[in-house]
Amino acid sequence: MTRIQLTVDGDRVSDDVEPRMLLVQYLRERLGKTGTVIGCDTSNCGACTVHLDGRSVKSCNVLAVQADGREITTIEGLAQGGTLHPVQAAFHECHALQCGFCTPGMIMQSVDLLNDNPNPSEEEIRVGLEGNLCRCTGYHNIVRAVQTAAGGEVGSAQAAETETVEV
Amino acid sequence: MTTTQDGPDTVAAQTEATTATGHEGGGKEIGRDRRRKEDQRLITGRTRWTDNITLPGMLHLAMVRSPFAHAKITAVDTSAAKAAPNVVAVFSGGDLDDSIGVMINAWPITTDQVAPAHPPMATDRVTFAGEIVAVVVARSAAEARDASELVDVDYEELPAALDLKESAEDKVLAHPDLGTNKSALWVFDSAEAGTGGNVEDAIAKARDGGIVIEREYRQQRLIPAFMEPRSVVVDPTGEQLTMWTSTQVPHIVRFALAATTGVPESKIRVIAPDVGGGFGGKLAVQPEEWVSWWVARQVHKPVKYTETRSESLMAGHHGRDQWQKLTLAAEKDGTVTALKVELLADLGSYVALVGGGVPVLGAFMFNSIYKFPAYHFAVQTVLTNKTWTDAYRGAGRPEATYAIERLMDELAVEVGVDPLTIREQNWITHEEFPFTTVAGLEYDSGNYEEATAKAKELFGYDELRAEQKRRRDDNDPVQLGIGISTFTEMCGLAPSRLLGQLNYGAGGWDHAGVRMLATGTVEVTIGVSPHGQGHETAFSQIVADRLGVPFENVEILHGDTQISHRGMDTYGSRSLVVGGEAVVRAADKVVEKAKPIAAHMLEANVDDLEFTDGRFGVRGTDQGVGIAEVAMAAFTGHNLPDGVEASLDSDATFDPVAFSFPHGTHLCAVEVDTETGQVRMRKYACVDDVGTVINPLIVEGQVHGGLVQGIAQALWEEAVHDESGTLVSASFVDYLVPTAADTISFQTDHTTSPSLTNTLGTKGVGEAGAIASTPAVVNAVVDAVRQFGVSDIQMPCTPERVWKAIHAQGAGGADPTTGGAAPHFEEATGQEGQTDRTAGAADPTSTDGAGA
Repeated sequence: MTRIQLTVDGDRVSDDVEPRMLLVQYLRERLGKTGTVIGCDTSNCGACTVHLDGRSVKSCNVLAVQADGREITTIEGLAQGGTLHPVQAAFHECHALQCGFCTPGMIMQSVDLLNDNPNPSEEEIRVGLEGNLCRCTGYHNIVRAVQTAAGGEVGSAQAAETETVEV
Repeated sequence: MTTTQDGPDTVAAQTEATTATGHEGGGKEIGRDRRRKEDQRLITGRTRWTDNITLPGMLHLAMVRSPFAHAKITAVDTSAAKAAPNVVAVFSGGDLDDSIGVMINAWPITTDQVAPAHPPMATDRVTFAGEIVAVVVARSAAEARDASELVDVDYEELPAALDLKESAEDKVLAHPDLGTNKSALWVFDSAEAGTGGNVEDAIAKARDGGIVIEREYRQQRLIPAFMEPRSVVVDPTGEQLTMWTSTQVPHIVRFALAATTGVPESKIRVIAPDVGGGFGGKLAVQPEEWVSWWVARQVHKPVKYTETRSESLMAGHHGRDQWQKLTLAAEKDGTVTALKVELLADLGSYVALVGGGVPVLGAFMFNSIYKFPAYHFAVQTVLTNKTWTDAYRGAGRPEATYAIERLMDELAVEVGVDPLTIREQNWITHEEFPFTTVAGLEYDSGNYEEATAKAKELFGYDELRAEQKRRRDDNDPVQLGIGISTFTEMCGLAPSRLLGQLNYGAGGWDHAGVRMLATGTVEVTIGVSPHGQGHETAFSQIVADRLGVPFENVEILHGDTQISHRGMDTYGSRSLVVGGEAVVRAADKVVEKAKPIAAHMLEANVDDLEFTDGRFGVRGTDQGVGIAEVAMAAFTGHNLPDGVEASLDSDATFDPVAFSFPHGTHLCAVEVDTETGQVRMRKYACVDDVGTVINPLIVEGQVHGGLVQGIAQALWEEAVHDESGTLVSASFVDYLVPTAADTISFQTDHTTSPSLTNTLGTKGVGEAGAIASTPAVVNAVVDAVRQFGVSDIQMPCTPERVWKAIHAQGAGGADPTTGGAAPHFEEATGQEGQTDRTAGAADPTSTDGAGA
């Protein structure tokens, strides 16, 4: 067992963990942060994406011990003071989720993408989300959501009919 | 206010603000772009996936699975696993008793169907790679998994039946004791049924001066690949046994547990909490559920099992997997005279819940939107040593739509006309509805002309055809192909009487309950069981309109057999068509029950009351009372008229009398790099007619998702087994679920011909995109390279397959009937179908280097 101390969604936590324990297992099983989910075992699906010191990582690809002394933000810590993050609000507004299982990872990756590139093209959004799989939406509305959150032009005529939300 | 959400106030306030858009309609909810009620918990991580559930004393399971497709189990040694840290128990097949139950097949498609018994865990023989042979029970999931590797199973490998065609010839037996792999032969013939003419006569006639197109198409094996891995929790504490499971069908699971494990149905509660996608893949009774159920009853503790993705891809059921032998007969002008369909369908190693029935669901759809005078369909279902197949988005209808829409394109080439022209020539015109098809179904409504005209415009059809011609003329290394799919499907599964005639083991009705609560909110229970579709939103819209209450005041409860006690669950695009109508009827009963109380409160005659926008008014006066006030009066019971019960609660069961028939026109443009074989999506436009739309935003989302799954079948996905029967594509590294970077944005629109089979006029939309898009894409790919003599490319149209097709000696390879370079319709000579083009195609270099 190894002692780790880290900050998760703003709270200081400390635990003894097995060295082999994955960060996602630590979040789910030890901290009850079940908003972050596991969708595969080959780090392809991105459902477990969280932020490690402000950058997106697949938490199935990080050992809990590697997060020692670091700061983690999960989907549960994204809304601040009861206010949805603009990307969360945009996913809701643009119907960018159906079953919602990929959504936490998709939102965390989208936030990271927009941090890097506040005004991405559709192509840049699509490539930026390539590591996150969604089986429900066909990605169409996910792309719209990221565009909406970026405050950019919404590409399709249909989406343009939808009022964007100020958040 | 969004009273149904328990998030921070400001979050709820935002929800309210964001729902202010949508269509005009004076408070009418149906037709509005309501943002989904489901979203708040899903975008903030306050979810209840089965794997999130932790109960006191809960133990964890890991499955030991067969690495062989077919083998005898000669010995199982669990001693090392039992001795591992924190292992509580290990069970293998020999430890089981009758209370393990069996996996049921609810649809034996013929009375003489050959089907092996399907145990939840193998005892003496494994029949596919991935079958459960033992289960380890430990205090943590990691310890269970560690110990599962210590279970020592001795196998004696047996020859495995893997290839579908060879298995149909009984070369190797999947189950030697059965003596054959042939499970059932199901036939429909229009001459015998009295719905049309004789197919053989029509084909014979067409061979003499008409057109006969003979093709063989492969529906590759697919994997539903829902994002949430299957998970099950069983709690045996207390008087009832409770199962949480990631399923589309909690009611069917409950029924099957009661029917097979000896636990009375009244003692069983099955809960489908948040469920992360299904697409048919969770329309199943799962061995993992049965094993978990049994183990919990042995150890008297709650247990949890969550599969890994590899297990999911290997042991969750697969879909499609057919060979389709097709004969289309037509007159010289392209008027179709007959269609003959002969299928081989791979069941895998067992006959799954509705596995044998999937191709039968396609049997009524090969004739699609067309007026074929004669039709013959036969499917032979075949057992093999692979994962069993069952429903996958569309279930039977995508296979049928693919076949006919590919054939119509081939017919257009033979005749030398635009593929849209050949369709128009053969389809049912809107004046002809209702129309009884050659397959014996009555189509109630539709307008193929309107949908097609709209789609052509949305797509820019003529402009893209012009660009295609330019690229061909220029020998552009990147060629443009245009694909068409004018589809219909049958939804709203299903009229119970018809299911009975088809030997299905259950009904097709659904159920709803509507409860007016004293404080003015409404609880609605539905028997359909969502897993991403947005029922909580759409059904709230229906109830809000029906009862005249605010959308926010309606709470939709589902997925728990103790709360929604009756239901047939969600699949086959049935939720709105069947379950929605049940909700309408239950809500209308609430109004009827409220009426005498309202009359009493208003001191008026019941006959003088009218109910509008949630208010009972006395006709010709301004007197009235709101339904919430009536609900409060019923709650107190202080002053009710004699003989009226103190409740407005109502429920209804709706059994559809007919299917509904969504349709649409889908147009796809692809760019094919003739030097690499790479296919790139260029444009996709579709106009779907799904009847009345309750929530356009949700409908559009359903179409988008369906499109990508159908496109994925055309271009990327395939479950591949090696020669020993091991699934090679057993991770997301190898099973190519498309990413955002693989796909494009879509142009979608709809027309509306309301269904006449339910009062809402809805038709169902869950499967439409997946059914329509596959042939549209493959038609486009073939269209792009047809000038190289290609008339078919097997799915998925990978760069390798496309390149090989372009460069094949005697191009058109798979398809000897039209070997050569069929001219594009715009260059029609009138001699098409008569010229032997095989010779011209033999030398690919003769195509002027475009493919070099």
